[in-house]
Amino acid sequence: MAFPMDPFSCPPLWTGGPDPSGYYSFPQIQSRNASNFKGVSAGLKPQAHSQYPITTGTSVFGVKYKDGVVMAADTLGSYGSLARFPDLRRIIRVNEHTVVACSGDYADFQFLQEIIQQKQIDEDINGGGVTMKPEALHCWLTRFLYNKRSKFDPLWTTVIVGGMQDDKPFLGYCNYIGVAFKDDLMATGIGMDVAVPIMREVLDKKGVNEFTLEEAKDLIRQCVRVCFLRDCRSSSRFNMAVVNKDGAVVEEPTVVDTNWDIAKTIKGYE
Amino acid sequence: MFRNQYDSDVTTWSPQGRLHQVEYAMEAVKQGSATVGLKNAHHAVLVAFKRRPSELAAHQKKILTIDDHVGVSFAGLTADAKTLGRWMRTQCLHARYFHNAPLRLAKMSTELGNKMQLCIQGYNKRPYGVGMLMAGYDEQGPCIIQICPSANFYPCQAMAIGARSQSARTYLEKHLNEFKTCDLEELVKHGLRALRDTLPNEVDLTKENVSIAIVGQNLDFVVHENAAVEPYLSSIEGEERRGGAAQPQDDEPAAPSDDAPAAGEAETMETE
Amino acid sequence: MLGLSSPLMPAKPALPDYSAGAGPVEHRFNPYSNNHGSVVAIGGSDYVVIASDTRLPSGYSIMSRTQSKLFPLGEGGRSVLGSSGCWADILTLTRLLETRAKMYWHEHAKPMSTGALAQMLATILYSKRFFPYYTHNILAGLDENGEGVVYSYDPVGCVEKFKFGAAGTACSLLQPMLDNQVGKMNLAHGNPEAQMDMEEALNLIHDLFVSATEREINTGDSIHFKIVTKNGIEERTIGLRKD
Repeated sequence: MAFPMDPFSCPPLWTGGPDPSGYYSFPQIQSRNASNFKGVSAGLKPQAHSQYPITTGTSVFGVKYKDGVVMAADTLGSYGSLARFPDLRRIIRVNEHTVVACSGDYADFQFLQEIIQQKQIDEDINGGGVTMKPEALHCWLTRFLYNKRSKFDPLWTTVIVGGMQDDKPFLGYCNYIGVAFKDDLMATGIGMDVAVPIMREVLDKKGVNEFTLEEAKDLIRQCVRVCFLRDCRSSSRFNMAVVNKDGAVVEEPTVVDTNWDIAKTIKGYE
Repeated sequence: MFRNQYDSDVTTWSPQGRLHQVEYAMEAVKQGSATVGLKNAHHAVLVAFKRRPSELAAHQKKILTIDDHVGVSFAGLTADAKTLGRWMRTQCLHARYFHNAPLRLAKMSTELGNKMQLCIQGYNKRPYGVGMLMAGYDEQGPCIIQICPSANFYPCQAMAIGARSQSARTYLEKHLNEFKTCDLEELVKHGLRALRDTLPNEVDLTKENVSIAIVGQNLDFVVHENAAVEPYLSSIEGEERRGGAAQPQDDEPAAPSDDAPAAGEAETMETE
Repeated sequence: MLGLSSPLMPAKPALPDYSAGAGPVEHRFNPYSNNHGSVVAIGGSDYVVIASDTRLPSGYSIMSRTQSKLFPLGEGGRSVLGSSGCWADILTLTRLLETRAKMYWHEHAKPMSTGALAQMLATILYSKRFFPYYTHNILAGLDENGEGVVYSYDPVGCVEKFKFGAAGTACSLLQPMLDNQVGKMNLAHGNPEAQMDMEEALNLIHDLFVSATEREINTGDSIHFKIVTKNGIEERTIGLRKD
């Protein structure tokens, strides 16, 4: 872009990033700021910030049990009201005691994922067996999302971090403004209205310290099912993740129990 | 040290493959008073011998607290140590701000090494004229790390730097096997004995001239001075000094003796 | 004369034409969220009590029922900040204060006094005058004589020192009662000279929160107390209505 007005130069073959022989640098915050100033003086448009999410994932759920945490998110990527991507994985395993799940803009999640994974690689390089613990990651994500919102360039995403913090279950929430908290149970998006009351009812009766893995999984399945039935932006396919002292596992997608008995009465649409 | 034509700046190599400016900076460490660091299974301890420029002046601080889990003692240019100390504090504050967790010591020493290396890469710069012993405790356990002006750093079981510190290292090497299993009180005693071995015969450790810092499992970095060091001092009082004989003077080449890093560095100090 | 036109102020058409897309429309995202919360503090001759509710709402949902809004500041523990408003800003502000207090501790080898913290908080808040931290703060602590003091702030750093104060969503319900019961203002009956001891202060705060919870939907779940005396900080929690 050295001579954008040069009539003899060829149009660029490769835009929106470095040329094929160049290097990508993530996050592109510095180069973006640097080019911003030059860009304006060269008559280019100023840097635009995203004002709304595009491809979105709906609610994610998390609950602690006595030895760990269970989390779940469905695999649907919605493009507005269109069920666009049926198999998006929204829970990532960061290391043996941390997983992260995201709802909101999927591109922003992938951007975050890139950075988180690079952070983990950096840790692996110079740490010698020490890994990023969930509380550290949760704190860092809160700072990151808050700093982005303070630049009026938010990542449209809500994150739940789950894992084992020094042999204790950890569950933390953070949204795109930087509102963050830790609790025994949580859900994002519509799940906060629909699923959280279900979880609270169960956990109020039976404390976290009595809650078993199977009970936690059942509860989470119930939440996913209710949200599948009530939330138009959800699908029946979902991932579940379990973190405990044996490690962090993101299970392969399964499908919620649905009742098709009623289908035999529906006629004329075959 | 003799001046020669290859020591005018830090980017000039001698034909023998040395950077004389860096080696001079290593000598500066030996001008500072001695300090000893050592660790057992759960704790790391620093002991330092404080000097005062004159009878009229106060004893100069030798140990800096960096964060709840780490601190350093130093030998060499105090002002350089304070600059580096402030930088390390900032690193630790950043780690707590962004990760709600103490900065890992392996990471801190790596970053400190990177910072100190920058100033032996430019003709208009000078190396930091200070050596440090970093004592800390993190999830990897207690640690002692020696940091040299050459920007090298060495994790150690025990180490001594500063004036006449060879005597302390001799003591530490002799008792190395005892450290791992001994308790905290015994560890401090070992440190004090090692430090005492660096002193000339007519000088002894007093509550005014000794600082003791301890950090460990469930114990934040704490520096003991004056009255607080008295109980420790009295615990080794009257013991016979083991390596008490006068040691080689600072300006004599140190004897190449063992594989300890400080001594290894010292070997290269001979001039051509 | 309102509504009549004059030569200086030409009349606007009563009902302007409906128009869509007449000019560019800028959509901006709102960087703030109001997460509510209420804080009350009462200082006595040798104590200060500060309390917050533990409800963390967002819109009409309750995100968490167990989120205290009290933050002990500085090593040594003689001051507690209570903060309500935009929770993201609160988290950032308290983290910054913690860091600055630690820098002070490194620099001066002593914990920050309540007065120093109070001034620093005002400065930090005002430094964000044109993109403020959306936080309503109460700083409670012991002064150099061991007496309880309460500093009350607006979001951009206007500060005043009191013996008691309330901030946050239910502030307008809590403050008048504090004025009356602690400050002995507008006191038609009762002894204006009576001093409030710590147990009385705790009971009053309890009653105040119970009353505020009845009338104010964003306050509830439980009260979290921090009681600061020269011996340190004691904590207590009392349940409130959860609806």
